[in-house]
Amino acid sequence: MDIIGKRRTYLAISAILVVIGIVVLGVKGLNLGVDFTGGSLIRLRFERPVAASEVSSVLTSSALGDMDLVKAVIQPIRGTCDVQIRAQVEGRPLSNEQVTKITDELSKSFGAVSLVESQMVEAIIGKEILNKAILAVILSCLGIVAYVSLRFEFKFGVAAVCALIHDTIIVLGVFAFLGRQVNSPFIAAILTIIGYSINDTIVIYDKIRENLKFRKKETVEEIANNSILQTMTRSINTVLTTLLAVLALYFFGGASIKDFSLAIILGLVVGTYSSICIAPSIWVEWTLWDRERKRRQVTSGRTSPKEA
Amino acid sequence: MRPGTIWRFVCVVAIVVLCALAIWKLPINLGLDLRGGTRMVLEARDTESIKADDDAVTRAKEVIERRVNQLGVAEPVIYRQGARRIIVELAGVKDPHRAREIIGRTAQLEFRDERGNVIMTGNDLKTAVAGYDQYSRPSVNFELTQEGAKKFEKATLDNIGRRIAIYLDEELLSAPMVQSVIKDKGQITGLGSMDKAKDLSMMLRAGALPVPLEVLHAEVLEPTLGQEAIEQSKVAALIGAALVIVFMLFVYKVPGFVADIALVIYALIVVSALAGLKAVLTLPGIAGLILSVGMAVDANVIIFERIKEELRSGKRIRAAIEAGFSRAFGCILDSNVTTLITAGALYVFGSGAVRGFAVTLGLGILASMFTAVVVTKLILVTIVDRNPEKYRKHFGV
Repeated sequence: MDIIGKRRTYLAISAILVVIGIVVLGVKGLNLGVDFTGGSLIRLRFERPVAASEVSSVLTSSALGDMDLVKAVIQPIRGTCDVQIRAQVEGRPLSNEQVTKITDELSKSFGAVSLVESQMVEAIIGKEILNKAILAVILSCLGIVAYVSLRFEFKFGVAAVCALIHDTIIVLGVFAFLGRQVNSPFIAAILTIIGYSINDTIVIYDKIRENLKFRKKETVEEIANNSILQTMTRSINTVLTTLLAVLALYFFGGASIKDFSLAIILGLVVGTYSSICIAPSIWVEWTLWDRERKRRQVTSGRTSPKEA
Repeated sequence: MRPGTIWRFVCVVAIVVLCALAIWKLPINLGLDLRGGTRMVLEARDTESIKADDDAVTRAKEVIERRVNQLGVAEPVIYRQGARRIIVELAGVKDPHRAREIIGRTAQLEFRDERGNVIMTGNDLKTAVAGYDQYSRPSVNFELTQEGAKKFEKATLDNIGRRIAIYLDEELLSAPMVQSVIKDKGQITGLGSMDKAKDLSMMLRAGALPVPLEVLHAEVLEPTLGQEAIEQSKVAALIGAALVIVFMLFVYKVPGFVADIALVIYALIVVSALAGLKAVLTLPGIAGLILSVGMAVDANVIIFERIKEELRSGKRIRAAIEAGFSRAFGCILDSNVTTLITAGALYVFGSGAVRGFAVTLGLGILASMFTAVVVTKLILVTIVDRNPEKYRKHFGV
């Protein structure tokens, strides 16, 4: 298999995916959770599974007219009798009284309704949480570049982070496309993906570093490609074991962990691809370009000594 | 067996026994999302008369502590953050939505005459108990302090035949007609329900907040939800672990089996470390644990692939194992340090559930390195030493 030989193809595919990801993000935007935007999220338990339209007709009825809940997002949780409602009144989370009024009104139509979970976030706190999340992502990336540059070389570090940004944009793009919620656990998922993907990349780099020492006769392309192939079994076996664990989480872990698991599953697949096909390719391109530049400097230095 | 190996075996067995004991004896500290409870971020607001300064916020925190005590929460966490914020975390509280209501209320009780003059406030109350009045309506029966009794006696004397209004946070509760002079006892009605009467009496006993607190962030989870989450994640964890174990057996045979033993020890170490460090286990934390099972075998996979390579290059099995472990170590270390960096960032900047995830992820990485490098090697070497040539083929060479 010649992965490095086809590196331009892989880089082009990835560039297209990233552009599509950015466009989707720009057009559809992320469905940010209440912990980032502010507002309230309540989870109600009914006696039977109810449809979103049934709940909606009560929320928009005249009895609750003063709250203007037309924009409330109602989402029945599959496989349960629970419904999640996301709403705000005049840009603020629902008050306790308003929640009680909603449950009272719903219980008139559906029988017993109980409040099992609620989250109320003022917009100002949401902003703080979002800023912290972004800071966490940026600092991890910087930390990784620093560590990889220290242990390997700067080029490796930058190439690795390019691959990470690639993974993150694609996963964010898919979430924007599907309209799935992006909340605090999602940030944890993104950082896990980053950690995992860099893990994968480093195993390959480690091999490249070793081969650079012992196989002086091979070209940069050959060394990179052989290193990828030598670590391929490991890359695939590890992604499979991790995928098995996360798939179990996705299918059996319950509703509240589904989006989190989905993000990780996507990230595992994209991350493995980028570790194998993208991070080494960027490194090869850069190294070749760098050598070419140095060679030119040397030759131009030789041919025109008089100018100096 | 060589003496060094025996000694190492003893160490590993001791660790396993210790971990098992820790899991058996120490309770695991479950987070809000698994146990139910509430977490609130409150911010003090100025009033026209009182500024929310350091002293006011400190007193507000004390009032909240008293209210929480009345609720009977086992291990409440209440602390100040910045100049004006108070964070309240009540895990395992029975009725978290009610707790939220009680903690957030200012509970400023005022008795006013018909001209609107304040006669006395909640501070003049000595005790307050929920009960029923003569018409068996829910009420709060109170006794006054000496000073309060003096104020009330004078006010009732001045206002016979007129009404005295009782306000809670500017909301009119009732306005009874004064029939006769009252000294040190009284009754508040107009509360609606017995639950409300109980809540009010509790708040009056704990005192009013010196300044109003605005709830900036409140998460409330009923315990049933957490119970369900635990059940579901148990199933997911068992299935996930079983799949990984079968996969390793299938792909790596004898070494795979050794990796599986290491995986079980790994799980013991992580769970007991969580208990021992009193770390909080949250739902994303469990997800991190399950995820790390998949990642834990990674170190083993790296080592086994490395050993295979060494065997291919013509080394004898024992030398290949030694070389495999020592060469794989750098790679394992580098790849895990970067994951530790992300776990660290999550711990510092995340809160609540996300922080729980960072803890299990970090612990998982450290434990997986230990089990892969120490436990797997120990067992593998012991097995291979019994019959070196027989096991050569198990490495897929």
